[in-house]
Amino acid sequence: MPYEVLVIGGGPAGLSAAVNVRARGRSVLVVSNPLQENPLWKAERVDNYLGLPGLSGAELLQTLRRHAEDAGAAFREGRVLNAMPMGDDWFVSVGSDMENAKAVILAAGVARAKKFPGEAEYLGKGVSYCATCDGMLYRGKPVAVLGYSDGAKHEAEFLSSIRCSVTYFDRPKDCVIEGGAKVERVTCNGETVPVDCVFILRPALAPTDVFPNIAVENGYVAVNRKMATNLPGVFAAGDCTGGPLQVSKAAGEGLIAGQSAAAYVAELARKKA
Amino acid sequence: MSLQHFEEATFDAAVNAAPLAMVDFWADWCGPCKIVGPVVESIAAQYDGKVLVGKVNVDDEPELAARFGVMSIPTIVFLKNGAEFDRKVGVMPADAFTAVLDANL
Repeated sequence: MPYEVLVIGGGPAGLSAAVNVRARGRSVLVVSNPLQENPLWKAERVDNYLGLPGLSGAELLQTLRRHAEDAGAAFREGRVLNAMPMGDDWFVSVGSDMENAKAVILAAGVARAKKFPGEAEYLGKGVSYCATCDGMLYRGKPVAVLGYSDGAKHEAEFLSSIRCSVTYFDRPKDCVIEGGAKVERVTCNGETVPVDCVFILRPALAPTDVFPNIAVENGYVAVNRKMATNLPGVFAAGDCTGGPLQVSKAAGEGLIAGQSAAAYVAELARKKA
Repeated sequence: MSLQHFEEATFDAAVNAAPLAMVDFWADWCGPCKIVGPVVESIAAQYDGKVLVGKVNVDDEPELAARFGVMSIPTIVFLKNGAEFDRKVGVMPADAFTAVLDANL
């Protein structure tokens, strides 16, 4: 089902964006990992969120989420792999499915991990970010999963169930991917395994992997005062646009991005009329 | 010619006879393929009569996927009379594919 606005990320920035899209009377879908996987979930105490001092990160996230749910935002658990414009629409792949919307708000937090040596070079040649997509191509073959979220374990189980021979690395820090024309082996934490494919399953993909032509500055998504990126219909908010990596800043940017996205959708409709 | 759905039994005869062909290796359980699918359909309509455009479901046709060494889907393979001369892996806008076709028509 098409939505007017799709938000990638269910933290303070994404939830604030969703509330403000709804306040403008537009439909909104929030695609995110489970709340428990948000980095804020682990914060023992947040003391600088205006008016609500002393809450734990988990309490704050649950409060924000409830607000967005009550405002009428729709939710879907999953990881966004790609987004591509087609006409006036944005097509966004979520796991093994696809959603479409008129505007997209990127609020997926900071992709903390640097790419491993060999990762970019072998993407599509034995490096994959999607077990459900590419798993079937490696039935009966040795693969490695570099898992950085709870969901990654389920994806590894899926690969085993379709007869891939899986070596699972739990949140490895240093990996090197090597081979010839395609991947032949991966070394993580000093252990080398011969594999045909390396599945790298992080909580979120880098913005530049989801949106191939998105502009970045110093590693963060470049935005203007309206939180608009260089891509028409794509806005960004929160940690992905840069520091300070704080809840108030994320919520404020989410508000602007939500309003800007709603205005963009209204303008599209006006042009069509 | 509208969009074709290839099976192993019919694949070779079809692409060997085509001066220019574009084949989308895909599957149902692949979200990114669902983004590229409509792009491929629109190219099939746009190049109707000039380019053979078809799809191979890698789940139904694992032999074809293996023969072409498909390592990630979607993979789009370009062929002249059955011989591959280019391929694109992953989600890309339509002009990434039409540029290859236009340069080889």
